[in-house]
Parts: sequence; structure tokens; C-alpha cells
Amino acid sequence: MTDIPFQPRRSNTSRLFLRVLLYVLIALFALYYLMPLFVMLTTSLKSLEEIRTGSLIALPRDITFEPWQKAWSGACSGVTCEGLRPYFWNSVLLAVPAVLISTLLGAINGYVIAQWRFKGANLIFSAMLFGCFIPFQVVLLPMARVLGIMDIAGTISGLIFVHVVYGIGFTTLFFRNYYVTIPQELVKAAKVDGAGFFRIFWAIFLPLSLPIIVVTVIWQFTQIWNDFLFGVSFSQAGTQPITVALNNIVNSTTGVKEYNVDMAAAIIAALPTLLVYVVAGKYFIRGLTAGSVKG
Amino acid sequence: MAPILEIKNLYKSYGSLEILKDINISIDKGDFLVLVGPSGCGKSTLLNCIAGLEDISGGSILIDGHDMTHVSPKDRNIAMVFQSYALYPTMSVAKNITFGMKVRGVDQATQKRKLDEVAKQLQIEQLLNRRPGQLSGGQRQRVAMGRALVRDPKLFLFDEPLSNLDAKLRVEMRSEIKKLHHNLGASMVYVTHDQIEAMTLATKIVVMKSGVLQQVGSPAEIYNRPANLFVADFMGSPAMNLIPAKVTCDASSSRIEIARPDADPLVLVDQSNGDLPEDVIIGLRPEDIVEAGYRSGQNVQTATCHVDMVEPAGADTFVVSHLGGKEVTARLHAETQATPGQDLNFAFDLAKVSYFEPDTGRRLN
Repeated sequence: MTDIPFQPRRSNTSRLFLRVLLYVLIALFALYYLMPLFVMLTTSLKSLEEIRTGSLIALPRDITFEPWQKAWSGACSGVTCEGLRPYFWNSVLLAVPAVLISTLLGAINGYVIAQWRFKGANLIFSAMLFGCFIPFQVVLLPMARVLGIMDIAGTISGLIFVHVVYGIGFTTLFFRNYYVTIPQELVKAAKVDGAGFFRIFWAIFLPLSLPIIVVTVIWQFTQIWNDFLFGVSFSQAGTQPITVALNNIVNSTTGVKEYNVDMAAAIIAALPTLLVYVVAGKYFIRGLTAGSVKG
Repeated sequence: MAPILEIKNLYKSYGSLEILKDINISIDKGDFLVLVGPSGCGKSTLLNCIAGLEDISGGSILIDGHDMTHVSPKDRNIAMVFQSYALYPTMSVAKNITFGMKVRGVDQATQKRKLDEVAKQLQIEQLLNRRPGQLSGGQRQRVAMGRALVRDPKLFLFDEPLSNLDAKLRVEMRSEIKKLHHNLGASMVYVTHDQIEAMTLATKIVVMKSGVLQQVGSPAEIYNRPANLFVADFMGSPAMNLIPAKVTCDASSSRIEIARPDADPLVLVDQSNGDLPEDVIIGLRPEDIVEAGYRSGQNVQTATCHVDMVEPAGADTFVVSHLGGKEVTARLHAETQATPGQDLNFAFDLAKVSYFEPDTGRRLN
């Protein structure tokens, strides 16, 4: 036995001090990260006059929503002056089907790879995994060719196709890793009960999958909504997604740079992803940690 | 009457790895067949083959006289209970039990009636609206059995259904399964690695090792007349004493000589077994070696042995001695005065003895 030296417990005051220090640090970091958003928000509510004369971080003296209105429906990109509105809907029309299709395909792929083991399943899974790491730039030219052959170049359907193809690797990975934690006996029991491949998927696996569906939807929606490269490469006038339109509005102003309109436009473009996180964020964390906790 | 389950020359391999080799089993209606063996012996694979969850590489499987070798699980008229219970986690207990009927398109009224029947039989009526996650292990076990019972199958398959339960519950559920088998008169195939489970439940036991059948027989046959050294060692707890010995034979009796450390060889004379090879391994269950005077019979021999260890176990006391280079366990009555280090007079009941060939492990008598 060795003697354990007497250790005085840390006094309450010093503990309190450390706690306060911790909170101050956290607050500082939060402030640092929120600063750009704050500047964007305040700038978007100021008039051009006020931006020129006032300080960058000052609160707006007279709140005006005119820049927001202009960004939404009046800002010019190139020759057209329709604001972001048509492109916002382009993005919605593009992102919603692309997210749904890639999530569903990922779920089925993951289900097959994790629960219906077949020869070469691991190879196919590795190949899909590899697909996740191929940089966007590499696929641009071949993809353009494929879209041309399929006769959907420059259309929203074409962009949906691109995003579905590119997303399947990730969605498959998510679902496979989720389903691999589910005992294989579940499929066996359902088989004995007489259920087939899709019946087992719909009735047993999909109802189990809410957490991972949320994770996948958030991931895919953020990717697709925020994508710029595919959007700018595979679209034409009229089918551009919002990210491309934002770039055009910000870069193609003639004369005075309308910072307030640019800021408002940028916030509009970012709002949907923000919304998705707020609505589904709680499930996001739950989904990420799922599998480690067994029911 | 055709056997309810007949397996003929079944082979199963994964690539070049043979899992099951030339399996032949046949059971009659109402039989309770237990497949027992150490882990990795292929017993669960065999059960999956019977269920149709695994394809077989050769041979055939007949259920109630129909060739089911290439029939899908749902059409084999079987029901299965799994080790992890495999209850559908998002469905209520009631939905779990009726899922199979729903898939087969059984009408609502029949589903309801059968559900009520089974729930009553298993006393799970108050659980029907719960999710599997809200049930205890024993309750999940009941639900899993309910899912099988509701099918009213020709053959029940159980894949180590009790191994996830604690010891007390396991004994309870064991007798419940036995009761169920008795009441239903159903035919069952049951996989376990627990030889006590096998002995208590089975009307017929199949002992397997590395994909090969070792012995098929009633529990009594398996216990009293093991076909080889593996079965002798595997079945029974504490295990059968397997002691190397030298034999000299005349026409009708054998003189058995067992080497002992620091003493003359122990000599026993078996009056009823002749014609044995010179080297044998003799097998005697612990309960067939008792304190002298507590067993009488034609073929009981007494001899004095050194007591090395005394292990009281409540109902019995186990005494360990060294014979033929092996620890030999004798089962004595609880009030025995045996103490370690003492020399004690033992009675060896040679009416129960088994002889094995040392090289092949084959039974000789």
C-alpha cells in the first residue's frame, strides 16, 4: 500500500472562476462565428447611402426591406432583371426530387448490401465508396457527354440526374452502415413469415430508418442546394440554380455595387439549408449516433 | 406414415469449405429433435437449411413427405424462433404476431381470432399493444413463440431460443417449451449447445461435430451408450470419466488394469465383456463410481483409491481421484465422510461401462 497524499479539493471560488472563463471563451468564439452573419443581416437592411457613410458593423439607422425585395424579384443578372425568384424555384425543383431519389436509392442499395449479401457485395460497396471521393471536376466532361447523349443537357432533369448519380455513393454509405447494425435474423424471420424483398424493405426496414433518413436528407439537401460547379456547368439560361444566379447578380452589376442587395440575395440563397437544419437538426445528431445505442 | 422431416445425404459448403457432410436424419410426427454440438459444428446452418434460409449443396429435404429442397421458406409450412427473437422493432406485439398472416392474405377476422388464441395460450394478452423494445427478455421470448405458434406449422424450428435469457428464466422457459410440445403434439427441431437442454427436451438427439453426425438416438441411448469418445465427453455434466486402461481377455471376461501414480495398478474385472483389444479407454459416468456399499449388482467391483479433492455440490458430493493419468470424478452421496488425502473404497459399476478404441474413438461394446 502506498500512502495517498492528501489533496485539498479545489475551492468553490476557483471552480466558479474556471466555469466563467469557459463561458466567456465559448461566447467569444460564438461571436466570432456569428459576426459575418450579423454584418450581412445589418447591411441587407441598410440603404446604399447609409452603407457608404456608416460603419460596417453599425446597426441600421432606418430599416429598409427594399434590398430584399430587389434581390428577390428585381436584381439584374446580365440582361434579365427578375431577381432570384425564378432561380430559387429552379433550385427547389432540382433539389427536392434529387434528394428524394438519391435517398431512396441509397436506402435500397444499403439494404441490399447490408442484409442480402451476395457475391461481390463488398466489391460493389467499395466501388461506391470510392465514388464518394472522386472530385467534381473529374466527372465534368464525361458527364456533359452523357447528358448530351441522354438529351437532357441544360435541363433541370439533367441536373437532377447528375446529383442523383453523385449522391448515391454517400447515401448508400449512410444506409449500409445503419442497416449493418440490424441483426440478419430479422430478414430471416420475415422470410419465414412469407415476406419478399420489397415487403421486408417497406414494412420492416424503412420504418426503422427515420434517423438515418433525416441525416441523409440533410446531407444531400445541403450538397445539392449549395452546389455551384455542376449548376454552372450543366445549366443554361432559364434552368440555372440559385447559386449560379447569386453569382451572376453579384458579379454582373454595372455602376454602383449594391452591397445591400447582394447581402440580401446571399441570405435568401442560404435560408433553405438553414431551415432544414433547424427543423431536422435534432434528428441529425440522433442519426449520427444511432447504431451505437441499441434499442 | 411418412416421417415429418427427412433429410437425405445433405451436403452444404461455402466455396471449398464443407460445413455439413452427408447428413441423414429422419423424425416422426410429434418428435422433439434436438441438434446439439459445440459452437461451429454446423447445427445452426443445418437448421437454416431445413428452413430454406440457406441453399444446400447436395442431398434433399422432405417435410411431411414433400420434397422441399428447392422450395422457399414461406412455402415449407414451418415456423422458426430465433436466438435474438428477431421481433420487428417498429411493430406492436399484435402486429408482430399477425404479420405472417397479413402477408399471406388471411382475413382480418381469422387474424384476430388466432391472435387471441395464441395470446391466451402464452399469457401475453396484456402486452399486445406494446413494442418489442418495451418488453423484458422473457416476454420477447414468448412473443417470438407466439409468432411461430400462430402459423400452426407442420414443423417448429428453434435456433438456440434460450441462450439470451438468464439462468433462472432459461429453466422456466425450458419447461414451458416442453409443456408446449406436449400439449400441441407438434414436431420440433431445436438447436442448442447446452447438453442439459438437449437431455431435458428431446425425444431424439443428434450430436454433431465439425459438420458430421456423431450419433443419433434417444437421450437415454446417447447418455448411456455414447457412440464415440466425442459424444461421451460432450454429453453429461460433470463429463464422463474417460480412463486409458490395459485389458487382458479370456472368453467371457476382461481384466482391466488402470495405472496409478505411486501405487499398484487398479485392477477391475468385467464379467460380461470379453473380446476387447489390449489398449482401451474405459468410460464411466461419475454416478457409476460411488462409495463402496452404496451400489450392488452383478458387475460391481470395489477398489481402494486415493482421494485428491472433495467438492460438495449440495445434493451430491464429487470426489476427484487420479487414475490412468486422468482426473476421475466420482459422485458420492451428500453425507459422505470422504476427506482429501484419504484412501477410500469405491464401487465401480461395470454394468454401465463403455469401452472406446483410443485411436478412432469408436465404441467397442
